[in-house]
Order: sequence, then structure tokens, then C-alpha cells
Amino acid sequence: MNATKRKQDGLWNEFAKGLFAQNPIFVIVLGLCPTLAVSVSIENAIGMGAAASFVLLASNIVIAALMALFGKILSPGMLAQVKKIRIPIYIVIIASFVTIVDLLMNGFAPALYAKLGLYVPLIVVNCIILGRAEAFAASNGVVASALDALGMGLGFTLSMLLLSTVREVIGAGKFYGYPVFGPGYSPMLILTLAPGALLTFGLFMGLFRHLKNMRGGNGSL
Amino acid sequence: MDLFELFSIFIGVALVHNFIFCQFLGLCPYIGVTERTSSAMGMGMAVIFVMVISSAITWAVYQWLLVPLKITYLYIIAFILVIAAFVQLVEMFLQKSVPALYRALGIYLPLITTNCAVLGVVVLNMRLFDSPNSLVKCVIQGFGGGAGFMLAMLIMAGIRERLELADVPAALRGMPIALITAGLTAIAFLGFAGLSI
Repeated sequence: MNATKRKQDGLWNEFAKGLFAQNPIFVIVLGLCPTLAVSVSIENAIGMGAAASFVLLASNIVIAALMALFGKILSPGMLAQVKKIRIPIYIVIIASFVTIVDLLMNGFAPALYAKLGLYVPLIVVNCIILGRAEAFAASNGVVASALDALGMGLGFTLSMLLLSTVREVIGAGKFYGYPVFGPGYSPMLILTLAPGALLTFGLFMGLFRHLKNMRGGNGSL
Repeated sequence: MDLFELFSIFIGVALVHNFIFCQFLGLCPYIGVTERTSSAMGMGMAVIFVMVISSAITWAVYQWLLVPLKITYLYIIAFILVIAAFVQLVEMFLQKSVPALYRALGIYLPLITTNCAVLGVVVLNMRLFDSPNSLVKCVIQGFGGGAGFMLAMLIMAGIRERLELADVPAALRGMPIALITAGLTAIAFLGFAGLSI
């Protein structure tokens, strides 16, 4: 029974580490480009988070399954050969799922697709996805990889939500499209423009690091 | 094709819609490789080179292969494979025949495969100039994008070399202050939005 419990704890950790301890945006600092570009409004952040999380989940599952299969059916020599070209294999798998998302979003959510624009095809080169494929899915089981992807995807989405909430509320005076400050508020436009993303993100990183320092931690953030 | 149009494409993508400050493409190398002006220069040169050539190659692949075969929906897979293969090829070629240049660009080349600015510029080429005679425009856009990228890298590296001597609050040292600096530089770049070309 202890073994089962330990296993469950292990799986829970695979999921939870993406939220805080190894948050892809604020701690590992991967996938900055879409985060900064898309965090203009909460709606965009949710759309991007969902799209990227789907790709991450699907590619992590497929890559973990494929690598486990290769480990079973290929001779050690062949396996070493395949390992050399693993990065192109990952990229093709990821690109296929991105194509699926690209077409689905274009068909079913054209308004969102127009807003996210260039950044939907660019999910291919989102470092979080390739990073998780290489660092986790390639050497772990399917279930663990799926949980890892869910946690990382959620961590990515939550980080974008945090940034976009600040930027939308202060920069446009709205929360998810609804005005919050009444008509007298004049929005601080700079936050919805490009510089606002860099400034907000830099200040948030500084804030998190400061909190960590105050608690006496010496983590990498 | 008139020269003014090409010039406005160049200025547009290099300054007005600068990849780093306005579109947030290629931020990882921007933050990662800008601690020294020399490495920023090397990375910038490598990016210009790869952007120009991959703009031309992907234009050919798109117009001569994907469009006639009616498989344009595969553009994401096709472009990323072209870029990855091309970068690999350049790396092998330089290693064998121009070792001095390879040593200068060497470590930056593999990083470029996952540089979203390169994929960004070829997708932009496809979306903006989708026509059978747009090769020159695509190449100019690739060159302008790379030039704007290098400009941003050099500005940032110059500032960061001086920042090392500054008394930055402990919590902001390193990455956060680099981002805030980039934000302030981006405000300056907003001025280019007023250029009507």
C-alpha cells in the first residue's frame, strides 16, 4: 500500500511541479515570446494557453509512447541511431499537432485566430514544448508525461493569465472585456502596447525573486 | 517592382515592426546572448544570414511545391523542416570549408533552428506576399527582419555591458533588469510607429 501511495505522490508531483516549483515561464524562463505577445488581454491568454497546452499534451503522449516503443522493438545499435535524429522526429510530431490546432482554430474560432495571428503557427518553436519532449517525455512513461504536460500547460496558462490580468485591467480598464473602473478611468495605454509586456514581466520576475529572498530561499528564480 | 516599395518593406520590418521590440519574436537569444557586444554581433550576423536564405528557400518550396500540389495546409511542417535542414547544412558546410567563420558563428547556429523569429519571418512572407513573383520582397523582408534583430541585440548588449557596473537592487539583478531595460528601449522604438511609409 505504501508503494501505491508513493507512486500516487510521484504522479501528483509530476503534475504540480509545473505550477510553481518549475513554472515554465517564471522559473525555467522558456516560451517568452508567445507569453509577452499574447498577454494583451485575458481572452487571448486563455486561447493561447489552451492551444499550447493541447499541443504539449498530445506531443508529450505521442513522444513518450514512441520512445517506449522504440526501446522495445529496436536493437540497441538501431536505437542509438534513432536517438541521433530524435530532435527532427520531435519537431515533426509537434508540427503536426500545431497544424491540427491551426486548422481547428481557423475553422471554429476565427475571431480568436485573427487576434493570435502569427503566434498560432509559432507554437511549433515554443521552447516549452520541445523542452518537455527532450527533458521529460523522452525518458518517462506515457502517464507521467501526460501529467507533466498538463501541469506545465496549466503553469504556462496561469502565468499568462497573471500578466494579462494586470495588463488588461490597468492598460485598458477592463477585465475579460468588461469595464471595471467606470467611465472616469483613463487607461494607462502603454501597458497594452509592446513595452508594457516587457516592463510588467520584468517587474513580476523581480517581485517573485524578492519574495523568495525574503523567505530566505536561494532558488534559481 | 519599384524600389520605394522595397525600401518601405525593409524599414517597416527593421524599425517600425521590429521583431524584438514590437512583435516579441526571438526573445530567447535576445536575453540569452546579449551579455557581450561581440556575441550579440555573431548571433546577429548568423540570424541575418539564415533569415535571408530561408526566406528564399521557403518561398520556392511554397510557390513551386505546396501550391501546385494543393497542400498549402502543410506549411508549418514544411517550413520548420526546411529551416532545420538548412541550418544543419550551413553548419556542416562552414565547419568543413570556412572554419574561421564556423568558430565565430558556431554555437549560435544550432540555436537558430528554434528561433521563432526565423519561422516568424517565413510565415509572415507567406501571409503578406503570397504571389508567384514575390521572391525579392520576401528576401528583403528577411534581410530587414535580421537587420532589425541585430540592431536590437547590439543596443541591448551595449546597455548590459554598462549595467554590470550599475547598482541594481538585488531582486532585479540579471534577467528582470534586462527585461525592464528592453521595455524602456521598446518605448523608444514606439516612436518609429509614427513613420508613414
